[in-house]
Amino acid sequence: MIRSEILRDIAPILRDHLVICNIGLPSQELHMIDDQSTNFYMLGTMGLSSSIGLGVALAQDKTVISIDGDGSVLTNFGTLPTIANNVADNFILLIIDNGSYGSTGDQPTYAGKKTSLAAVANACGCENVVECQAKDTGEVLQNAINSKKMTIIVSKCDSGNIKVPVITKDPVVIRDRFMTAVQS
Amino acid sequence: MSISTKIVDDFVANGVDFITTVPCKQLAGVIDEVEARDEIYHIPSNKEDEGIGLCAGAFMGGKRPAIIMQNTAIGVTVNTLVTLTQFYRMPLPMLISYRGELREPVACQVEMAVHTMALLNQLHIPTYHFHKESDADELDAILKYTFMCNKPVAILTDASFWGGYGDQ
Repeated sequence: MIRSEILRDIAPILRDHLVICNIGLPSQELHMIDDQSTNFYMLGTMGLSSSIGLGVALAQDKTVISIDGDGSVLTNFGTLPTIANNVADNFILLIIDNGSYGSTGDQPTYAGKKTSLAAVANACGCENVVECQAKDTGEVLQNAINSKKMTIIVSKCDSGNIKVPVITKDPVVIRDRFMTAVQS
Repeated sequence: MSISTKIVDDFVANGVDFITTVPCKQLAGVIDEVEARDEIYHIPSNKEDEGIGLCAGAFMGGKRPAIIMQNTAIGVTVNTLVTLTQFYRMPLPMLISYRGELREPVACQVEMAVHTMALLNQLHIPTYHFHKESDADELDAILKYTFMCNKPVAILTDASFWGGYGDQ
């Protein structure tokens, strides 16, 4: 399975929750598959999906799912100790780990080589780290939501992209409708 | 009242309840004061762009965020300030130690100091420079301005403002 197939699979689960979606193709794919006002699409700023999601989770009580990529987590490794030491039990970090920088042409990442993001998350002090195969992502995600415990999920999948249109929504519109959804 | 207490009092009075910090020697007192306040969720960051991401999330979740960091961070955070804070129009008070100004003992700090104002100007970030302790009287108005206009705003605080670096 590739990332877009995982997103299609888990879209019915994501729909009921606040979602921070990573820059580039992940946001474009989620936007095309199931656009919701509860989705915050990152149009720039690689690496900060987990930081933004943790901020939202610490600020209010609704469940927040940050969809991140292996390359983006590698860009912002400092996020994992921050997450581990600021536990928000309404926060789930879903790292879709395809071992490549998908949006830029599938160049390989170190997470697809020797580096295990799950092992790094554990070493940083994260308490609920689950590595799963792509096909099990929905079940693992639903279990994490039900557990009401902060969880880091590393979903191992194949690299590969589909053709998707760019997001043309104005960033302030994306932000405003997301904030309205947070408050509703 | 210490200047650190006054600064954090102004944050609290303006509803700032989520502050991320990356340490600087000059900011140690104000960071201690942030940590001590029950009204504020203090979340140290490992890098300033991570901190700005946390602040963006906290703002969207309903908090009033701020970041406390050194001016070297302006070199680290340009992309994040532009593509996140400014692009999505979010408020962000940035209390910044202005290293490399008069009385600075470390030569390398000057290298970033000479670019600090220019970078902030280039980014069109409203910038205030606290040089004397009485300059902090404007902090309350600066915070109100930041949350009124939904922009990042820089408050540069130099060595003279903090009382120097002690005996040299």
